[in-house]
Amino acid sequence: MSDTQTLEKKKSEPLFSKKNKKLISNPLNDDNPITVQVLGICSALAITVKLEPAIVMSMSVLFVMGAGNVVISLMRNLIPSRIRIIVQLVVVASLVILVDQFLKAFLYDVSKQLSVFVGLIITNCIIMGRFEAFALANTPWKSFLDGVGNAFGYAWILIAVAFFRELLGSGTLFGIPVLGDPAAKTGLYALGYENNGMMLLPPMALITVGVIIWIQRAKNTKLIED
Amino acid sequence: MKMDVNSNGYTFGFAAVLVIVVAALLSFTATSLKDRQEENVAQEKKQNILASIGLEVERADAAQAYEENIAQEIVIQGNQKIDGLSAFGVDMAEELKKAPSERMYPLFIANYNNTNSYIIPLRGKGLWGPIWGYIALKDDLNTVIGATFGHKSETPGLGAEISTPIFQDQFPGMEIMEGTQFVSIEVRKGDASGTHQVDGISGGTITSVGVDAMLKDCLQGYQSFFDNEIRATQVAYSSFKASATSH
Repeated sequence: MSDTQTLEKKKSEPLFSKKNKKLISNPLNDDNPITVQVLGICSALAITVKLEPAIVMSMSVLFVMGAGNVVISLMRNLIPSRIRIIVQLVVVASLVILVDQFLKAFLYDVSKQLSVFVGLIITNCIIMGRFEAFALANTPWKSFLDGVGNAFGYAWILIAVAFFRELLGSGTLFGIPVLGDPAAKTGLYALGYENNGMMLLPPMALITVGVIIWIQRAKNTKLIED
Repeated sequence: MKMDVNSNGYTFGFAAVLVIVVAALLSFTATSLKDRQEENVAQEKKQNILASIGLEVERADAAQAYEENIAQEIVIQGNQKIDGLSAFGVDMAEELKKAPSERMYPLFIANYNNTNSYIIPLRGKGLWGPIWGYIALKDDLNTVIGATFGHKSETPGLGAEISTPIFQDQFPGMEIMEGTQFVSIEVRKGDASGTHQVDGISGGTITSVGVDAMLKDCLQGYQSFFDNEIRATQVAYSSFKASATSH
């Protein structure tokens, strides 16, 4: 498929130049897809009850975004502009189906937990957004960095939210009890601590994301609007 | 040569090539991973069957535990047992499309903790897609040992609650018979009482109604076989035993 690579022959720029590093670091903070651009919120609400599915989701998005950005970038001079959105959809949908098939074969339990949300990666606006806004106009390496950077920006928010929701909601991390046994009243529970069942419900994910945005805006002066 | 990437011919050509490449790639992946995926599904099915008699095992151990605890698999049509068919391979979804008299019902007979139990697969419709489950009966073919439910795409937090212990734990001890009459187990809105009713899920009414219908439909199909083959012999056996001891 990619034998028609049109790599631009200006190799003067080092692989990790300052500009390229920014492609990775920007989405982590200043231009975070979730907290600043407020994209991909639905999956951030849906699969952050436990850490494990959040991490698998992040890795799936990382793969789809990295690979998708490269594929789109390689084809960017070949894609007729009238059908470019459809082409982007085809690329992202086939990558997602690949991920889904692999999860079903090798991580069956996780794939059941993610259930429809793997399919919904297709509709994750971050991905189509990066294809359209970045990969169509940039070289494969840069697009790869941009995809990976945005996926990491998405991932760390997802994992941070999942960490708090699992810890405060179920008293576990990766399914391992860390605060003691709520039934036997050991550890923290002996002091009268209770799990907050509300953390398991979607609204608390939104509030957790909100708190992260609040902290981020308080710290990062670039994001303060007049 | 510079091609015009926006000409109609090129656009059609590009779309055609893209679609063929993608189709080939995806079908190759799907076929090469198929065996592994089916193995996972079979393991999960065994896991669910065992869960209905209260035996919780990891999916990886399910195949072995199934071998050890499921004594017999039979296929039933009407009130007869059909030989030479694998009950595990019967697809309930397909069977339920047929006329009631032509359906083949699988029945799994378990021997766990030295008691026999009869496990009946269930299949029905939820709100968004199919729901299914397994219900295990004691050897009186009346009292429920346990039930597990699964679903394809019910709403999380609402209909999807049928696959949680909150719903499933209501089933042990329920009875499907009233005397010699089959009455099933009713899924009620709020006021369940007695041994023939369980509480439905608030906010998951359509799924609850689906479970209710599923229990009725699927259990009904087994009754004539139970009456004919098993209950008949049991009654004979117990009355024989009663008369033997009274002498």
